[in-house]
Order: sequence, then structure tokens, then C-alpha cells
Amino acid sequence: MKILVPVKRVLDYNVKPRVKSDGTGVDLANVKMSMNPFDEIGVEEAIRLKEKGVATEIVAVSVGPAKAQETLRTALAMGADRAILVQTDDAVEPLAIAKILKAIADAEAPGLVILGKQAIDDDNNQTGQMLAALTGWAQGTFASAVNVDGDSVNVTREVDGGLETVKLKLPAIVTTDLRLNEPRYASLPNIMKAKSKPLDTKTPADYGIDTAPRVKVVKVSEPPVRSAGIKVADVDELVAKLKAVGVHS
Amino acid sequence: MKTLVWVEHDGSAVKDATLAVVTAASKLGEVHLLVAGSGVDAVAKEAAAIAGVGKVHVADNAAFGHNLPENVAPLIADLMGSHDAFLAPATTTGKNIAPRVAALLDVMQISEILSVEGEKSFTRPIYAGNAIATVESSHAKLVLTVRGTAFDKAATSGGSGTIEAVSAGGDAGTSSFVGAEIAKQDRPELTSAKIIVSGGRALGSSEKYEEVIVPLADKLGAALGASRAAVDAGYVPNDYQVGQTGKIVAPQVYFAIGISGAIQHLAGMKDSKTIVAINKDEDAPIFQVADFGLVADLFSAVPELTGKI
Repeated sequence: MKILVPVKRVLDYNVKPRVKSDGTGVDLANVKMSMNPFDEIGVEEAIRLKEKGVATEIVAVSVGPAKAQETLRTALAMGADRAILVQTDDAVEPLAIAKILKAIADAEAPGLVILGKQAIDDDNNQTGQMLAALTGWAQGTFASAVNVDGDSVNVTREVDGGLETVKLKLPAIVTTDLRLNEPRYASLPNIMKAKSKPLDTKTPADYGIDTAPRVKVVKVSEPPVRSAGIKVADVDELVAKLKAVGVHS
Repeated sequence: MKTLVWVEHDGSAVKDATLAVVTAASKLGEVHLLVAGSGVDAVAKEAAAIAGVGKVHVADNAAFGHNLPENVAPLIADLMGSHDAFLAPATTTGKNIAPRVAALLDVMQISEILSVEGEKSFTRPIYAGNAIATVESSHAKLVLTVRGTAFDKAATSGGSGTIEAVSAGGDAGTSSFVGAEIAKQDRPELTSAKIIVSGGRALGSSEKYEEVIVPLADKLGAALGASRAAVDAGYVPNDYQVGQTGKIVAPQVYFAIGISGAIQHLAGMKDSKTIVAINKDEDAPIFQVADFGLVADLFSAVPELTGKI
């Protein structure tokens, strides 16, 4: 079985985002960029399925600028077999990404597509579900366990009250949640090896997809700031303050 | 504009998350509801009584029993033929279903709206709430998920919606429900609790969480929460997590105990009315958002608080 793992290049999760003063977005000039952490979990899960003998080939895909090659090389260094970069400098919305991934899924015929549940930049949480709609495949979102069993996969999902398990017919879409696994670091020899693994470059037009945005970003602003209150000296003062706002047993 | 709101329910009662979505929908136009499930008469009646509701579409079918998006999304897409906007709560159920509906309609969804700025214009958080985007849709139809803490809850009585059965849809045959482990708690749910007591990494163990955090929550009738660090360390289950990647909460009072206040945690609780922080590190970022901060060793201060409050 082949597994497709879409990955996105985003602002590194340790970098504090700064809103640009002209209100057009978040400043991405000269800041560290990395693979979206939820996508890293997706790559790791695909590799584990290959190590278990369930998967035979892992294809990493990214839609983004030329620099997204670095993100794909990271996926290759972790253990993906080959990569496809769909190169564009435009900001591409989840719906258009899903359409591009649908075209790639048609060509590659994977048994599973494993995506991050959301990218930590736009926080949309849409692409996997949209790809599932476009392919007509079943979806297991927010996965904390993935078990392939013959022609189906059992996915345990992180839901609001706890956990839920669904059985999906393959091919299927899985989106990852934090507890699915802990992604490995690529070793130096594997980073070197990744440089010679195949990486195809395409464009959205190659797949006949129009990536013009459907939702216009009017402005981006700082969130309202909450100001600090007071420090209380001891528990007695805290109890008094809490009673004043109506908190007591 | 005619809106269709996904009613989140547990098979017997409407969940609170639905009520904020009704408020958001009412800012756009006429509010219709969809109750999908198996044996949902009681839920439909309860939904029809929500203030401001016009019509309640009821799709009663075993295939809709576990909110499987493969079965439910085509039903909603079908109903969207006669509605202009679909709104769902930004819960794990709403987030699972809404984008699937959006793609079926060839519409780009707007996720986790915080406010309605115009007929097609909304604000939403990006970068874990570190920035707020104002966005405008160019589509004829809208698909939205709604952040529950950003809108008031609609009243659960006073409405007189008409109930209408929907016969469309069925089992797509691609997925099935296997089972669930839903934590049974004799306390309020995190997302609807008036008081939340959350513990962080500083607790050091699940035993200490039980020993220090739980008694205070018991005494106040509060829900239990935790930081991601505490969840990652295995002190509590994942569904306790408050933060950008966990639950977004806005209770009357939020106790952050032994929580340093990482950006990702603040994103999940900074809209709480009153924030109380107890931490021995006086430079902890949590004190920058706390209304009442107590610099103290939590292992002595919290039991003392539990005793005195």
C-alpha cells in the first residue's frame, strides 16, 4: 500500500508571530520556518506503517513556494521515499489544496492519505475533510491510533468527551492529533541520503486547479490585550477577593 | 438569508455548544436547525424551543446515529439547496463534518468565527490566537464553524420552531462506528462550566493532581482542566487539555494552578471573566493575564484555599 503524506511549510512553532504594522498579515521575512508539527506526526505515522510492513511506499507532497523543497527534504530524511512539490508563490486555501491533492491521489492511488489535522499558521482544520469529500473516501480525523486491518483501517479519534473509534474502508483519509506518536529526528546519514531521493516539481496548472482565493483577508490585527490584575499577599486575601466576585463553596 | 445550524446532541439532549451557534446564525438571518440522529424526537422538541428558531429539520435514520461525516455531510449538502449558510459549532464533531460539507458545495469554509462583521464578513483567530483576521467570503453560500465562547448562548425556551422530517440520505457504506470511551464525570463539562480548576506541569504527577486540584474543584463544583504540559506528562487524559490545541474555554472563573502560561495555553482561556493564578515563579507569564495572582508554593496554598473558601 502506498501512503500519501501532505506537508506544509509554516512559521516554526517556537517563533512568536508578529502582526505586520500595515495589517496585511504576519511577518514571515527572515524568520525560522519548519514543517507543520501535525504533518510531522503524519510523516512519522506513515513511516511506522512502512516499518510494520503495512505500507510499501511513502510519497510526501507539498503545495507552496520553492523553499517548501526544504520541508519535503525533511520528510525524505525522516523516511519518505519520494516527494512532489506543487510550486506556487500564492497563498493557497484548503479547498484548492484539497483539489490538488485529489488530482495527485487519482494519479498515485494511495491506500491512505495522512495529513495534519490543521496547520499552525491559518488554523483552518479543513484540508483532510475536504479531500475526503472530493475523493468520496472515509475520514478519520484527530487520530490518536491508526490500525490497518486488511481492507479497512480502525482510527481512534480524540473527541471532546474522550475517545471514539471508527472503522473506515480503504482507501481512506486520516488526520493526526498530538498523541498519535512522537516524530523521530532525521539522522545525519539520512539527511545526506535524502538529498538524492526523487523530488518532482509541478504547478497547480499541471493539475488544472485554479488557486485564486475564495475568501479575502481584509486585515490582520493584534488580538485584544488582557491587562494584568493584582497580586494578592496570601490565601486569606485571595479568598476575600474571590468572595467579592461571588466564588465560594 | 436562511441559515442551517447543526444541532450537536448526545442522542437525548441538545448540547450547549449549539446555543452559541444559534446566536451567530441569528445575526445572519432566519435560523433553521438540523437534528440528525437515531431516535431523536426528544432532541427535536428541545431544539424547537430554542429562542429564535424558525424550522427544525429532523433526519431520523440509524445511519446518522454516530455523526459519521460520510453519511451526514451529503444530507447537509442536500439541505443547503434551500439554505444560504451552514453553521456548526467548532467542536470536534462540527470540525469533522463542516469542511466535508463545504467541499461538497465547492465552498471555502471560514473556521472558528469570533464575530459577524457583515453579511459575508467575519473575524477569526489565526496563529493560535496571536493574530485576528477579518475575512470576507466571495461565495454565494457560506459554511462556518463558530467558536462557542465568542457568542452568547441563545435561550433554551421561548422558541416555537416547526418540526419537519427529512427523508434524504442514508449509509454511504464507507465507515462505521466501533466504540467510544467517553469519560463519565459527575462534574460540569469543560466548555460549559462556570468555574474551571486547571493544573499544570508543576504538579509533578497524576497523584498530586488528584490530591491538590480535584478537592478544590469538588468544593467549587468546578470542571477539571490542565495545560498541555500536564497532559503530555501523563498526569491527566487529553480531553482535560485547555489551549489552542485543546479546548477553548471562557468560564466565569478560571484557576490556573502551577501553569506557567505558555501562549498556547493562554489562547485557550484568556477570555475567562476572572483568572486566578497560583504559581511559585513570580515571573511566570500567567501573571500577566491573571486578575488575582498568588505567588506561592501550590502544594501548601491550594489545600489552604480549599479549606478556607
